[in-house]
Amino acid sequence: MRESRLWFWHILSAVVILVLLGVHMGTMHLGELLHRIGIGTGDPVDSSQVFERSRQAVYMVTYILLLGTGLFHGMYGLRSMFFELSLSKSLEKTIGGVLAVAGVGLFLYGSYVAVVVFQTSGV
Amino acid sequence: MNKSETRDKAILKTVKFEVLRYNPAGNESPHLENYSVPVTKGMTVLDGLNWIKEHLDSTLSWRSSCRMGICGSCGMFINGLPRLACNNQIVHLHSDRVVIKPLPNYDIIRDLVPDLEGLFEKHRSVKPHLIRKDTAEQDSPTGEFFQSEQELLNYIQFAYCIKCGLCMAACPTVATSEEYIGPQPLTAGWRYLSDTRDEGAEQRQDVLYSSHGVYRCHFAGACSQVCPKGVDPALAIQMAKRDAFMKGFGRGKKRSGSSVIPPIQDWTPRGDIPDAPAKTVPQKSE
Repeated sequence: MRESRLWFWHILSAVVILVLLGVHMGTMHLGELLHRIGIGTGDPVDSSQVFERSRQAVYMVTYILLLGTGLFHGMYGLRSMFFELSLSKSLEKTIGGVLAVAGVGLFLYGSYVAVVVFQTSGV
Repeated sequence: MNKSETRDKAILKTVKFEVLRYNPAGNESPHLENYSVPVTKGMTVLDGLNWIKEHLDSTLSWRSSCRMGICGSCGMFINGLPRLACNNQIVHLHSDRVVIKPLPNYDIIRDLVPDLEGLFEKHRSVKPHLIRKDTAEQDSPTGEFFQSEQELLNYIQFAYCIKCGLCMAACPTVATSEEYIGPQPLTAGWRYLSDTRDEGAEQRQDVLYSSHGVYRCHFAGACSQVCPKGVDPALAIQMAKRDAFMKGFGRGKKRSGSSVIPPIQDWTPRGDIPDAPAKTVPQKSE
C-alpha cells in the first residue's frame, strides 16, 4: 500500500499548493491591485518590499512549505510519467530512488536559502 | 415468405466493407480488403461479416458466438470505435463505408481475432471472485451470506461486465503502458472490494493499488464511453482511488465479510411455478 500513501500525499500536496499559490499570486502578481484596495504597499519586487518579506518568519515558513509540497507533487508526477514508459522493475526502482534523492536534496538546499535569507535580512 | 418478411429482406443500400486482413503465419503485412455488402433492415455488422464469409471470402476470420451482446466475443474496431459487431446495425453507423479492424491494444491472432490472453491474465490477477475466511461454509453452505439491497446496488453495475475487452482497447493508458492493469481488471477488482460478502481485500489490494494500478488512470473516460453494457469503469477506478484516499484519514470502507443467515424454513411454493427438472449431474453430497 506504499503507492496509496504516496497518492494520499500527492492529493494533499495539491490542495496545499492551490492555497499557497493563491497567496503567492496575490502577493507577487496582484500587488498593485491589492494596494488600490488598501492591502499591501504596492510593488512586490521593490527591494525594500523583498527585504521586508524576508524578515517575516511566516514568509519563510510559507516558502519552505510551498517548496516541499511543490517538489513532492512534481517529483511524484514525474515518476508517474516514467512509470508509463513500460520500463523494467529495476529501472523503475532506480528512477524512484534518484527522484527521491533529488527531491530531498533540492528541498534541503531551498530551505537552507530561505532560512539564511531570513536570518541575514534583518542585519 | 409472407409480405412483411419480403419487406424486411429488401435491400436498403449497398455498403462498402473495408476489413483488415492479416495472417501472422503468412508473409503479407496487414492490409485492408474491400467487400460490397447488400444491407437489409436490421442487419448488424456481424451479419455483414457473415454475408461476406458466405458469399465472397470464406477465409475471413473473426470471433463471435451469441450474436446478441451477451458473450462479448465479437469486439472489433468499427469506424474508429471499439464496438461489438453484433450490437451495431449497419444503418445506425450512418455511412456507406464500414471500416473494420481488430481491437487496438491487443496482438492480432488473425484478421479480426485479437489475442485476449493478456486481458484475462490481468483479470485473474485481481482475484475476481468472492474470498471468504470461512472456507468450510463455502464448501458446505449452511445458509446465505447476508447482503442488503442497498449493498448490492453499490456494486451491481460493475458486475454487468462481459469481459469483451472494448474498454482496454479504448484506454489511452493501456495503449502506452503495457504494465498498466487496465479498466476491465480494475473494475472487476473494485466490484469485489465493494461486495460486503467479500473478505479478500488484502489479497486484492496489492494489485489494485500497485504502481501500475488505479493511480495510473488518467480519467480519459474512453472505457466508459465504449462499454456495450453501460458499465462505468472510470467511475469504479475513481471510487477505488477515493476509498484509498479516505483510508489515509482512517475513513475507508470497512470490510469484514457479511454474516451467514440461515435459509428461510417456513415458506410455501407458489402453485403457478412448475417444479425444477431433475438434476442431471450428481451433487457432491449425493
